Parts: sequence; C-alpha cells; structure tokens
Amino acid sequence: MLNIKCPYCGDRSQKEFAYGGDGTIIRPELNKDISDEKWDEFVYLRKSPRGKHIELWHHIAGCRQWFKVQRDTVTHEIFKTAKMNEEIK
Amino acid sequence: MQKYSIFSLIKNAFSNHEKWDLAWKDPNPKSEYDAVIIGGGGHGLATAYYLAKEHKITNIAVIEKGWIGGGNIGRNTTIIRSNFMYDDNARFNEFGMNLWRNMSQELNFNVMFSPRGIINLAHSDAQMNAYARRGNSMRLNGIDAVLLDRDEVKKIIPMADFSEDVRYPIFGGLAQPSAGTARHDAVAWGYARQADSMGVDIIQNCEVTGFDVSGGKITGVRTSRGNIKTKKIGLCVAGSTNVLAEKLNMTLPIETHLLQACVSEPVKPVLDGVVTFGAGHFYISQSDKGEMVMGGDLDGYNSYAQKGNLPTIQHVLTGGIALFPFLSRLKMLRTWGGIMDMSMDGSPIIDKTHIEGLYLNCGWCYGGFKSVPSSGWTFAHTIAQDRVHELNEGFSLDRFSKGYLLDEKGLGTKTWIS
Repeated sequence: MLNIKCPYCGDRSQKEFAYGGDGTIIRPELNKDISDEKWDEFVYLRKSPRGKHIELWHHIAGCRQWFKVQRDTVTHEIFKTAKMNEEIK
Repeated sequence: MQKYSIFSLIKNAFSNHEKWDLAWKDPNPKSEYDAVIIGGGGHGLATAYYLAKEHKITNIAVIEKGWIGGGNIGRNTTIIRSNFMYDDNARFNEFGMNLWRNMSQELNFNVMFSPRGIINLAHSDAQMNAYARRGNSMRLNGIDAVLLDRDEVKKIIPMADFSEDVRYPIFGGLAQPSAGTARHDAVAWGYARQADSMGVDIIQNCEVTGFDVSGGKITGVRTSRGNIKTKKIGLCVAGSTNVLAEKLNMTLPIETHLLQACVSEPVKPVLDGVVTFGAGHFYISQSDKGEMVMGGDLDGYNSYAQKGNLPTIQHVLTGGIALFPFLSRLKMLRTWGGIMDMSMDGSPIIDKTHIEGLYLNCGWCYGGFKSVPSSGWTFAHTIAQDRVHELNEGFSLDRFSKGYLLDEKGLGTKTWIS
C-alpha cells in the first residue's frame, strides 16, 4: 500500500486518495485560437515515463484537495508532494 | 522440424524423452535482417509467424529483452472473446476467433483452446437494454450473442448469490457461447516454434538501446547484443511502448499501468465458462487444473512495476465474494502483475508511423491476449505490404487527433479509472 503525504493533512493511506494522472499537462490558454495539434497533445498524448513521474492525486476521502506527487513508476517510492501552486523540481 | 503427434510421443518414450529437438534455436543476432520485430510476446511472435507464412518474409528477427513468454503473454487470464459492439473491434476479433479455433492444428501445438462461453452479468433493466443492443450489434457482425434472463443465468451459475436484497442483484446477462480460454504459454511457444522452423531468428536476452533513423527512414536498431541493420521495425512491446517511443522522440496516446490477477488453490469443477461482474470490478474462470482464475481493476496509477499492491487484490476479491460467496473459503495460491499499454480510448493501435519503416502495435489495454492471432496477422500484413489491412484500418494512430475514437466502453480518455 502506498503511504501518501497530503500537503494539508500529512501521511495517510492510499485508500483515502484518488489518482488524477500526469501532473505536468498544461491546458491550452482560454479564449485563443488553438491548433488541433495542441489539443491533441493536451487531451491524448502522454509521456508516461519509466522512473520519476509528477502526477496529481486527490485527497478524496480527506480534505478533498488536489495536489502534486513525485513518484517513481518502477519502485513506487514517493519523493515529494506539493500543493498545486508549488513547483516540484 | 519434428512433428508433435502420438507417434513421436511413443517413439521418444523409448529414449526417455531425452532426444526431442529444441523447440526453437538460440541464435546470435545477424548484422542485417529484412525486418526486426521488437518484443517476443504473443503479438511479436504471431507477427513473425504470419510474416513468414503469409508473406514469405523469413529473414527476420524477433528480439526480446527477457525471455519468450515472460511478459503479458504469460501473465494474462487467458480469456478469448469477440463480444464487441463497434464494427472495427467486432470484425477484428471475430476474425481472430476463427484463427483460435484452428490454432492447435495449424501450429501443431496444443494450445488447449476451450470455448466454454462467457457471461457478462447485468444488474438493472437499463443494463439489460444496453446488453440487448450490444448483442444485436454483435449478431449483425456474425458473432453469437445470447441475452440471458435471471433464471437462465441461474441454471449456468447456480452457486452465485441470487438474493434480491444485495447491492447488485443479478437481472440477467449477455453470453457469447463461442468465447473461451486457452493455455497462454502454449500460444507463445507454438508461434515461436513454427516461426523458428521457417527461418525466423528468435533472440532472447537482447535489449533495445536505440534506433537508427536517417532521412525519416528506419535504418537499424541498436541492441545490447550489437547493432542490427534493417529497413523495417515492428514494435510489439505492450507496457514498454512509451519507453521505446521516447528513444524515437515520439509521444503516444498511451499510458502504462499495472494490472493484477490471482488464482486460488485448485478445487473440483464448479465453473464452466468465464463470468464477468463489471459492477463489482471482478471476473472469474476456472482453469483446467481447477484453480479459480480471477482479476479485476488496474491498480490505478502509472506504473512499470510488474507486481502490484495488496489493496487492489483485496478490492477485487471483495467483489468476488459478493458474487460467489464460496470463494471466501478458498486460499489464494498466487497473485501477480503485468504492465498494460492503456490507450486513450481503450482500443488498440496497429498502424504505420511518420517514420518510414517503423510500425506500431500497442494500446492493448487489458485485452491483448484474445487478439494475439488477429493482431499478428494484420500487423504482418501492415509491415509486409506497407499499408494497413481493412481489418485494422480503424486502429489508426491519428484517430485521436481526427476525433474517430473507438471508445468501446465509453470511458473517455482516462481509461485507467474504474
């Protein structure tokens, strides 16, 4: 079982969280012309790296905040968690 | 090649079965091939077999990082079916059903294909209507589909919980009587042995480290056992698709996720075919040895670990016990995991790419096993003729950007959500 440190609540069991996918995807800007290619990238294309992955999790059975997690996709080790407005380098 | 038969079995009994030929050789890679298939799983081996048999291209290599049959072909729950609603999926997989029916004869290897049927359970009137629609679509494509009411389901699986006060009471189900299971290792070995006999080099313990591309064309592949020149490469690497795509500077509509399965201790025959309990995230069949073979959801986060975590197994078996209470008395024998190439609409990709000579076979999600013959057959055609076959034209790579999705389950892009 993963042990995830919510930036608001601290260490909790994986059972309290829902996964939200790749956390590096940026939505194209609103109210601007966006090419089909950009939409394709945003909606469908994913790097899905083997190794360090920055992803979103939702503390759905807790404080219900979304936040970022940096996790290894091979060992499942979690390196860092951060609030949505914080950078993970 | 030595033919397997009752006579060869008797003959070899006299020499204590010590003089059988090797099923396939263990060659060193040559410096050049007409085509290289990356990935020695079911899809890669089937592709090599059909390239040699149907297209007479025999100067080919299958290169595999691990060993033949060690990936998803040896980790799945062996279910074979074609109960799809969309034409592209239905035609493709029904074509495969015909290859399955004749596979043991064709490969001279007993793959133990056992068509004992599959039932998808329904738990509401709305779901029964949806299944009636899917069944009708299947029948229009020539696939057998039978809508079962509650009593008919009860005759087939009397040991299920048919109480009316449970969370998901059984209303009925949709059956495909011609669906079934097969012995998955035998499928890999059978294709490998026949491909090898036609001159295909099966090279194990050979990891791809890079690609040679010049002027937009494939010119070779670099491996841990040396560089190989080739003009055509077929990628059949399932959960490792993104890793190799990165070496080609490609980003694909694929995410790699972890799926687990488990088997119980063997018991006497209790379950004839396959039963899926979608509402409980659970499906089950019984192996020829008597083990209950069970699976369910993905672990639910990107992963390349070929082993899973306990919460998912617990969740799957909770659903299992809700449907079949007798399972609570069984001991678990094994659990294991494999990594799935989850596409963004739940359907596969078999297509050419923007690089000339590079062909892509991926996006099988958790349904790759049943498609081994049809995928191999159409991918071989795509590689040999440098154009897609009508059976796999719906599985194009550009369907995402063009909006022609094949979202069979209507899950949207997050196919890993359960």
